[in-house]
Amino acid sequence: MQQLTETQQWLLFSAVKIAVVFGVVMFFVAYAVLVERKVSAFIQDRVGPNRTVPPFIDAIPVLGRFLKRLGIFQPMADGLKFLLKEDFTPDYVRKVYFWLAPAITAIPAFLTLAVIPFGSQLGRQPMVIADLNVGILYTFGIVSLGVYGIVLAGWASNSKYPFLGGIRSSAQLISYEIAMGMSVVPVFMLVGDLNLSKVIAYQSGSAFDWMLFKQPIAFAIFMVAAFAETNRLPFDLPESETELVGGYHTEYSSMKFALFFLGEYANMIASSAMMVTLFLGGWTPLWGGTPASTIWGGLVHIGWFLAKMIALMVVFIWVRWMLPRFRYDQLMDLGWRVFIPMALVNILITAVVLFIRH
Amino acid sequence: MIVPRQKLTFWERLYLPALWGGLRITANHFFRTAVQGKAVTMEYPEQRWVVPPGYRGAPYLVKDQDGHTKCVSCQLCEFVCPPKAIRIVPPGPEGQAADRPNAEKMPREFEINMLRCIFCGFCQEVCPEEAIFLMKDYSFTAESREELLYNKEKLLALGGVHQDTIQKWKQKQVEADAQETFPVARS
Repeated sequence: MQQLTETQQWLLFSAVKIAVVFGVVMFFVAYAVLVERKVSAFIQDRVGPNRTVPPFIDAIPVLGRFLKRLGIFQPMADGLKFLLKEDFTPDYVRKVYFWLAPAITAIPAFLTLAVIPFGSQLGRQPMVIADLNVGILYTFGIVSLGVYGIVLAGWASNSKYPFLGGIRSSAQLISYEIAMGMSVVPVFMLVGDLNLSKVIAYQSGSAFDWMLFKQPIAFAIFMVAAFAETNRLPFDLPESETELVGGYHTEYSSMKFALFFLGEYANMIASSAMMVTLFLGGWTPLWGGTPASTIWGGLVHIGWFLAKMIALMVVFIWVRWMLPRFRYDQLMDLGWRVFIPMALVNILITAVVLFIRH
Repeated sequence: MIVPRQKLTFWERLYLPALWGGLRITANHFFRTAVQGKAVTMEYPEQRWVVPPGYRGAPYLVKDQDGHTKCVSCQLCEFVCPPKAIRIVPPGPEGQAADRPNAEKMPREFEINMLRCIFCGFCQEVCPEEAIFLMKDYSFTAESREELLYNKEKLLALGGVHQDTIQKWKQKQVEADAQETFPVARS
């Protein structure tokens, strides 16, 4: 370790961090699907996945049965199913774009995670892959790329419903991207820096220093916009299986469909992580915190970050069953005529308060 | 009829009451199912639905109390069966006699194709011997189509013994026996 130069160390640690974050996110995607299925089932008075179990685990007396009922092994079965199913490409699609679209949807979601500080320090390494000075701008730049995949999928499917889904998706993302971008402006006005690590440092006093309490309206707008951006209910108009039979992914099967799925969940994770960073104090525990000096302290901070993120993911899943889907005109109305003015007023108020204070 | 659209109050238009209502209902259901374990679903292969009396399940052949086949291969059910699921091979002139006294014949082979059967109950309606009944079975699975061709042995085994209150042929036997010893008292 000591023989390596500065650059080599940086490369090594970055590679390790990327590998670990990617692994953790893939794990989260798989188990977010399980949690989604379980929570949905419980809300609907059902039991949810409780059958899948490898035989050697099933043989364990009490624990095996418990794990089986919990559905721990369902994601593995799902993954296997996605790999083994027939990958059908209809004759009439535009093949190249049809194959390209799922990848384009999945990649931006992962790229966003690069700038998120998911912990304070582990040893002397800051727990963020790329500590950009323009972190939030990078995020907004990348997140909006995700829509290309969906629009491309809708168009390349060469069929009416996917096309409508793609169109809706683009309109929806463009309008909510504006509201989202504007909603976080007050946060950065308070912090005075676009670097996400600085945003967390600003919130690290105690739980009452969190942006959630200083900018509740910004948080509300950001959250709703995040729902719209990730195509989650009640804003899942691009897919809306009741009207558009699945929307942009109607023509997709097996692994290509799984990539869309993965993209959606990775997006959920990314926007949860973003919300935790911007509004919920990131890795700071409830009573405030300084960057950890020990390895254990660093791990605890990562744990706090993950706990907050998981809580937000559960909210994502929960809201699905709380509200009916918006009508399309209501959706656009909400985005343009409610959230954008609200965000603008919020910026104004923050500016005035800051002006008076200084 | 035109239902006038209700004017929402400002509080309602904030969307917060709807949010709160949704949260409350879903949280209640979540708590009830996840914590108290009150799921309303039935876990099918382990728990089975108890069908009400009179349920029209799969048709099986029954035996009488003495363990005899009740079917006399009259072929009415085969004739009436709308999807032609029943196939009866009668014993023929030199065939095996019925295994119970006083009945003429019994089927050599009796087959119901459960893939075709529509559980209509016509066979039960038409049977003069009350030998075929729609039982409470509603779930058969098999790994091949052949497995779902139920033959006579299988149908009889599944049908079991029917506690027949009338016992038609036994009564006929009693009547016939009585005729042998002609009642003397003819006043």
